[in-house]
Amino acid sequence: MTDAAPLIEVEHLTMRFGGLLAVDDVSFSGKPREITAIIGPNGAGKTTVFNCITGFYKPTIGRLTLRGERDYLLERMLGHEIGQQAKVARTFQNIRLFPGMTVLENLMVAQHNKLMLASGMSVFGLLGLGSYRAAEAAAIDKARDWLQRIGLEVDADRPAGELPYGAQRRLEIARAMCTDPRLLCLDEPAAGLNPRESAELNQLLVSIREREGVGVLLIEHDMSVVMQISDHVVVLDYGRKIAEGPPAEMQRDASVIRAYLGTDEGEAPSA
Amino acid sequence: MVGRIPSVLKDAALTTFVAAALGFFIVGFRTVDVGSTKGLSFDYQFVDLGIALVVIFFGRVGLSLAAAGLPWPALALGLAMAAIGTLPLAMPSSFLHWFVILGGILIILRAGWPWANRWLTVARHSPSGTVAGQAGAKWFGALLLAAALVMPFTPMADQKTMDLSVLILTYVMLGWGLNIVVGLAGLLDLGYVAFYAVGAYSYALFSTQLGLGFWAVLPIAGAMAASFGLLLGFPVLRLRGDYLAIVTLGFGEIIRLVILNWFDLTNGPAGIGSIPGPTLFGAVFAETAPAGKQTFAEMMGIPFTGSQRLVFLYYIILGLALVTNLFAQRMRRLPVGRAWEALREDETACRALGINPTNTKLTAFAVGAMFAGFAGSFFAAKQRFISPESFTFIESAIILAIVVLGGMGSQIGVVLAAVLLIGLPEWFRDLGSYRMLAFGLAMVLIMVFRPRGLIAHREPSLRLHPVRRGGAP
Repeated sequence: MTDAAPLIEVEHLTMRFGGLLAVDDVSFSGKPREITAIIGPNGAGKTTVFNCITGFYKPTIGRLTLRGERDYLLERMLGHEIGQQAKVARTFQNIRLFPGMTVLENLMVAQHNKLMLASGMSVFGLLGLGSYRAAEAAAIDKARDWLQRIGLEVDADRPAGELPYGAQRRLEIARAMCTDPRLLCLDEPAAGLNPRESAELNQLLVSIREREGVGVLLIEHDMSVVMQISDHVVVLDYGRKIAEGPPAEMQRDASVIRAYLGTDEGEAPSA
Repeated sequence: MVGRIPSVLKDAALTTFVAAALGFFIVGFRTVDVGSTKGLSFDYQFVDLGIALVVIFFGRVGLSLAAAGLPWPALALGLAMAAIGTLPLAMPSSFLHWFVILGGILIILRAGWPWANRWLTVARHSPSGTVAGQAGAKWFGALLLAAALVMPFTPMADQKTMDLSVLILTYVMLGWGLNIVVGLAGLLDLGYVAFYAVGAYSYALFSTQLGLGFWAVLPIAGAMAASFGLLLGFPVLRLRGDYLAIVTLGFGEIIRLVILNWFDLTNGPAGIGSIPGPTLFGAVFAETAPAGKQTFAEMMGIPFTGSQRLVFLYYIILGLALVTNLFAQRMRRLPVGRAWEALREDETACRALGINPTNTKLTAFAVGAMFAGFAGSFFAAKQRFISPESFTFIESAIILAIVVLGGMGSQIGVVLAAVLLIGLPEWFRDLGSYRMLAFGLAMVLIMVFRPRGLIAHREPSLRLHPVRRGGAP
């Protein structure tokens, strides 16, 4: 664990849907160049925490601070501003690519804000000015780099919806990374992957942490992913945080085992 | 197979019974005016009904046979029907001949469909087929453009054809404009005609009240329509799908009602007349020029003919439509165009990627509205008279039908659909009141055989690997 200042700070986050208290006074923080895993049984409120961080829900109570050039108070920003200014990117539990558009186009859409500026809000682009052409070429290069990293370069011109499931998961991560995020939020990236794909995903996530220097928040049920690559684990149960610490410690923590793995001390469930 | 024949006949009898029950009142009677004192009376058309029912019975048999995997008997039946239709039998109306022939053609199509489908699938999936398809689409567009350019100078360009061509081109332009909103951005707009009306009234008012010319008003009309697009867009674009459709439908009607009732400005239901036509370098298209102007014929030193104005209008709308097309094609390859398509595919994902959905939708709405404004002021300049009658909901519906039937987002598809939907009803004027039946039949056929529109292929806005020509991929 590094002692760097936290990248994302979640303080007293509470989310209430009518009579249901989905998240109850949860506080934790995530550091840059670290993978913070959020685990917990189904319905523990993990995705709700994500939706609050990425602006899909407005939290009932709580403060969400992202530290960049300045401090961004995420709970006060509009949904798209969190991606545009605070630079938080996310993936979804059920993959949300643009299925009718090609793989390359998916990665180009992710670089929208940068390209919009370069195209002078479309005016320079309509006139076909050189400055926009250069920006577009740079964006294509970036997309090509990511396609090489996730092994999809040959499929670049296929509609994204035609790709096999595992490839769609990797593409969604690459698309999120093409927005140049500070914080990457991954909602169950290993769901539905076979062991080999899951191992490839681990490598990809570790390379994102090491090479890109991006902070990663990870919701995951697959314990092989959580235990092997996460630096810090936050455990939720019934909307409350019940434990927090390094993965090895969490594996031994009695309250975690009771809540998450069941009272019976057996093998960790793999999905 | 023989065992199925009783069930086929039973099914055909049932269909005929339903048709008889429906057609008894719709086709069997016709009201006739018997003079001012006696009012209306009935005329009986039971022979028409009887012939129609026979055709329906055999038609249903033919379709059932084709569906049961007996294409050859169905084909024979279809050919026989088509042949009977062409015989000079004494039928009560010429439409019945058409009805018999069309029924036969329908059965032949249905019988031949499995073969055609198999052949098309094979062709589409073979690599040379893919390349041929792409090259075909490219050359087809160029060929169409060349034909459109020389059309006014061919012998077939009589008054009627030119009028119809101008009308079709107006709808092509409107279709291309709406294609940006519906096809690319996926915003179902049922009130597109409102922006058309704004453009038309802008030109009508600016020209008759302030004496501005067509070319000066054209950009103003576009800007007016675009600002109305923004005005409507701000409150409603947070709605999705059906809700957006209903609100835009309402907005279209509101604009029409405002035009109808704001008597001081728009002259209400009486409309605005004597709108000046477009000029070419200041020259007017008329037999005698108003004071201080010269006519086109005088300027060129050629004798005046009535068709000059029509040809000029034709080239204006062709130019405007091409500008719309080029603009839309260009926008599609820009970040904003890709964001439109991404919004159509998944708005939530767009928001997560930091794209501002409201601004992006507003751009699409305003750009689409702008082109409707251009088309509207052309319409006013062509008609020389406009009234709220021209901007009813049915216009929006037709433009939307052109976009949807053409294949959402396809530029060539819009042209084909416009020719089909605007041209067919005009060509079928001989059919009289059965004209709309042919129109409906064309729409049903497109929906059955091409559910995703005439041209459903989507060309990527950019490629990492250029398309390989010829050999296998």
